[in-house]
Amino acid sequence: MRKAKQKPDVAELNDLCRTIRKDILISLNAAKSGHSGGSLSSVEVMVALYFYKLRHDPQNHQWEGRDRFVLSKGHVCPALYTVMAHAGYLPTDELTSLRKLGSRLQGHPHMLKLPGLETSSGSLGQGLSIAVGMALGAKMDNKDFRVYCFMGDGETDEGQIWEAAMSAAHYDLDNLCGIVDRNRLQIDGDTEKVMRLEPYCEKWASFGWNVIECDGHNLEELMAALDQAECNCGAPTAIIAHTVKGKGISFMENQAEWHGIPPDDEQLALALKELDTKPTKEQLERADG
Amino acid sequence: MPEMKPSRDGYGLGLVDLGEKDERVVVLGADLTSSTRANWFKDKFPDRFFSTGIAEANMTNIAAGLSLVGRIPFVCTYGVFVAGRAWDQVRTTVCYANLNVKLGGAHGGISVGPDGATHQALEDIALMRCLPNMTVVVACDAVETRKATVAIGEMHGPAYVRFGREPIPVITDDATPFTLGKAETFRDGSDLSIIACGYMVGEALTAAETLDKEDKVSARVINLHTVKPIDREAIAKAASETGAIVAAEEHQVMGGFGSAVAEVVTAESPVPMRFVGIQYRFGESGEPEELLDECGCTARFIVDAAREALKQKK
Repeated sequence: MRKAKQKPDVAELNDLCRTIRKDILISLNAAKSGHSGGSLSSVEVMVALYFYKLRHDPQNHQWEGRDRFVLSKGHVCPALYTVMAHAGYLPTDELTSLRKLGSRLQGHPHMLKLPGLETSSGSLGQGLSIAVGMALGAKMDNKDFRVYCFMGDGETDEGQIWEAAMSAAHYDLDNLCGIVDRNRLQIDGDTEKVMRLEPYCEKWASFGWNVIECDGHNLEELMAALDQAECNCGAPTAIIAHTVKGKGISFMENQAEWHGIPPDDEQLALALKELDTKPTKEQLERADG
Repeated sequence: MPEMKPSRDGYGLGLVDLGEKDERVVVLGADLTSSTRANWFKDKFPDRFFSTGIAEANMTNIAAGLSLVGRIPFVCTYGVFVAGRAWDQVRTTVCYANLNVKLGGAHGGISVGPDGATHQALEDIALMRCLPNMTVVVACDAVETRKATVAIGEMHGPAYVRFGREPIPVITDDATPFTLGKAETFRDGSDLSIIACGYMVGEALTAAETLDKEDKVSARVINLHTVKPIDREAIAKAASETGAIVAAEEHQVMGGFGSAVAEVVTAESPVPMRFVGIQYRFGESGEPEELLDECGCTARFIVDAAREALKQKK
């Protein structure tokens, strides 16, 4: 049996999320291109994974028993790189090399460049199938590692996602957890106008998955959902994480046009200021006192 | 008359050989399990066979995931589907990360026959060979396909092996040398070289005999089973020693095997060259022999091409 991890201090993790948002925006600004909106909506999910749920070892990233994280929505790799940097996989100084020639931090993740990445990704719709293969392999070998696949909601327009969903249920892959960043926006706009996804949870359920909905910016809810996914036996679990695209930055929130652009210097300064004005754990404690 | 056997039988036997040798080998099928002969592996190692249903893209990426946790997966379907429908998966997930995924492309070429254009893989060699990290093998008969299947299972990295459905002459035996990346000269000659892969190797041998009898031309026949990585040395040697080349394939001429040979010839030793294969058209329904002749994939086309190349030779 896998031992339950001790829950981390949520206030500390919320502070970390704010730092990560800053580092993401700084790296995107340095790159002068890249995906702001989805990176910001993904932060809490990846923090909940890397700082709570995943069994992993940044010092021994090839450790066989590690849990696997597949970032299917590869364009939000600025968030993944930043979370990995804070988890100890790479120096935070390196984050500003994003998308530059010769960098380990490719515009979409490349596993042969950056140790610790489990897959390369970028062409949408492919990650869940890879995760199915990994989970199937774990079952064959009686290994107890778990596989997590993070997808965008717009990404699930791709038919291959549903092929993969079908096969995960067919092979009873309860060691697989899919997480959807349900921010309801894709490049062309509202997901329901581009290609209607609703009734979304029912779709996953009808494919034979356990479905958990949660607030994708609430770390306690995310951690509870990830715990619950681990207890579901006999079927894979989909966590539909309701999020806000561009989360944390007033002028980016819920704006489809922020999907694939970085902040310029002025916008970065404004964004960092906004993130600074939000209270930190210490400030909240002082206020309580 | 030589024994006739479909090259897919060699693939099925090769999978079983690998399954016996290496526990890590797993096989995936997309509802074409018996027509790819993957059922021979399935019957013997049911725990290491997975059906994905009719879902080639999903199958290819499941294979990628299995390879990432230490398995050696073989994806089995028709060449037209794995190279066509799942090309993005092969490119971006498998080849980009240099994953240890093997692709079996059944029903290669025009000779699959009456099913018609939708099921004839005429572009798969072109699609696969342009991908970085990919190895591409088109063996000349069932015996060689078995060796090729085992060989790609024993190397690391993405590989595609193409084979056909129809019985074709068995022209090699267990003793015939087979090394990935190394061409074999099946007949020596000094006036011209016919370089071929797959079914067309047998046709090239027939063509060489005709050229000998009717034209007193001494043609070298080279079996270039590994399209990629290509044996540059053998091609350069053939070009410089014989001064003319004919490349023959059961595939579109544009971008395929002959193009691969030409890339080497032009760089290493430019000589007159001709291409035999399918000339920029879709296939159609028909009996295999009729179609092969209709589409320019028989010995007589090699003979004509050789005569043209020889005319140009200085």
